Amino acid sequence: MDFLRGLMLGQYVPAESPVHRLDPRTKILGTMWLVGVLFATRSLAGLVVLTAFLGGVLAAGRIAPAYAVRGLRPVFWLVGIAVVFQVLFGDSGGHVLFRRGPLVVTRENLAAGAFYGYRLILLVAATTVMTFTTSSVELTDGLERLLRPFRRVGVPAHELALMMTIALRFIPTLFEETETIMKAQMARGAEFARGSLVARARALIPLLVPLFVGAFRRADALALAMEARGYRGGEHRTRMKELRVAVRDYVAAGMLLVVAAIVLLPPSVWRAVAGR
Amino acid sequence: MSDRAPALIRVRGLSHTYEPGAGEPVPALRGVDLDVHRGECIALIGGNGSGKSTLAKHLNALLLPTAGEVIVDGLDTRDRDAVWAVRQRVGMIFEHPDDQLIAAVVEEDVAFGCENLGLPPTEIRSRVDEALRTVGLEALRRRPPHLLSGGQKQRVAIAGVLAMRPRCLVLDEATSMLDPAGQREVMETVLRLRDEGLALVLITHSMEEAALADRVVVLAGGTVALSGTPSDVFARDDVLRRLRLEAPPIVALARGLAAAGVPLPPGLLTAPQLADAVAAAYRRGRGGA
Ligand SMILES: Nc1ncnc2c1ncn2[C@@H]1O[C@H](COP(=O)(O)OP(=O)(O)OP(=O)(O)O)[C@@H](O)[C@H]1O
Ligand SMILES: [Mg+2]
Repeated sequence: MDFLRGLMLGQYVPAESPVHRLDPRTKILGTMWLVGVLFATRSLAGLVVLTAFLGGVLAAGRIAPAYAVRGLRPVFWLVGIAVVFQVLFGDSGGHVLFRRGPLVVTRENLAAGAFYGYRLILLVAATTVMTFTTSSVELTDGLERLLRPFRRVGVPAHELALMMTIALRFIPTLFEETETIMKAQMARGAEFARGSLVARARALIPLLVPLFVGAFRRADALALAMEARGYRGGEHRTRMKELRVAVRDYVAAGMLLVVAAIVLLPPSVWRAVAGR
Repeated sequence: MSDRAPALIRVRGLSHTYEPGAGEPVPALRGVDLDVHRGECIALIGGNGSGKSTLAKHLNALLLPTAGEVIVDGLDTRDRDAVWAVRQRVGMIFEHPDDQLIAAVVEEDVAFGCENLGLPPTEIRSRVDEALRTVGLEALRRRPPHLLSGGQKQRVAIAGVLAMRPRCLVLDEATSMLDPAGQREVMETVLRLRDEGLALVLITHSMEEAALADRVVVLAGGTVALSGTPSDVFARDDVLRRLRLEAPPIVALARGLAAAGVPLPPGLLTAPQLADAVAAAYRRGRGGA
């Protein structure tokens, strides 16, 4: 049943580190910034710089590299598929390395596939580094604060944050429940891992029905428990932990700017500027 | 009843009728009177559907009376402006440990109620620390709730309520999903709180737990069928049997022994009490021989 566990990307790793202590808003915006830089970069050198930077953040956050790689494992499949698609269905033309019937592999497509695959891995790695070092509570708090200015245009910042808190709280519980139901069904002869795709999909129905019923019953009970504890929406509410921007957040922002400059400015951008 | 200080919670002529969208209205409570005094432990027992949970939800304004009134610390639960004050004064612990923890970290969950009260952050911090210490979970403050035992989860829920500084704790079958160790954990915690002056309303199907209360109230068909000290209530075998309830095994055993001629005092409720009484009777018997 471990495949369910494997789906959980980037579980928070509690530790005392400068990265953990950063304001969650810094980490959220920083991650978005890095993702933007990743998409903007066209050079392999840029990816290498970003890899080194993420490695540095990981080390500063006291996350074991092996643990981080294990967290990325589910993504490798996705990357593999993306690379195969790029190689098989990319632009025609270029140096043909291999040809069999309709199947043509060119050097350009192979290089592009590797580049995009690498970039995809870095993309997930960047967000994973954030979730490794930011608890779900901090994450939702940060998100709520970032969304707060948009409340005026109708974004329900508090409600969204609360939904996310509850979802994150109950994902492990729902996984446990799924395991229990699966085991119960298997004890009665159900097969989840065998048979055709259709048969397997059908085997999931008796799993999903109790899961959904359970989830709705739980939602009811949870709403009642929240009301009993005086919940009445975001108004009047205070938080135990106030978010505060510190010097280290400015330092982190500066580092992110420097990395972006290194990755994006030389040499391709310069050449494009000079070419005008 | 009014010879003491005024009751913390005063329930008078409380009736509640559920009006489900489809089907007949369900009269769940019919004219219930009940007083809960400060520092008092009341066990609320009764068969399935007798109205226990419905009554519990009236105690902190989760439900409002169809008729009658519920006054908590001088506040009428029907007063819209008093609802939040009522919920601060009366805390509820529910049956399923998993369905009442909201946050993904223990201390964040404990803070939830205080945050709803709008307290300043430093005040919340100190209350959360204190509440976690009271239930003996300060070492697990950073844990995610799903890695806790059932008993620990219920203690987290209790801490979350305690941090709001309530006057009364209502436990609706809060131990029924727990193993014996978890049940003991939770019961010891709440009984200690009672000794510190908190009122307890203990809804339970366990007669052993009910025997620990100061007063037992038996609900049947939405009315109070019996009310009194545990020994008085458990002595009414006839009524209990009619309501498909029974006295705790220790009470039945004591009664059996007394019927067989062992000279025992009346009102024995727990195993240690019975053991002492039997030992005393045995010693007396030997001394006399
Ligand atoms: N939301 C509801 N809508 C309609 N009827 C309800 C609702 N909740 C409870 N009832 C009915 O009200 C009556 C009292 O229910 P209540 O839950 O208070 O009983 P209880 O004593 O807590 O029972 P149990 O021991 O099973 O928990 C029952 O007949 C029940 O079916
Ligand atoms: Mg009930």
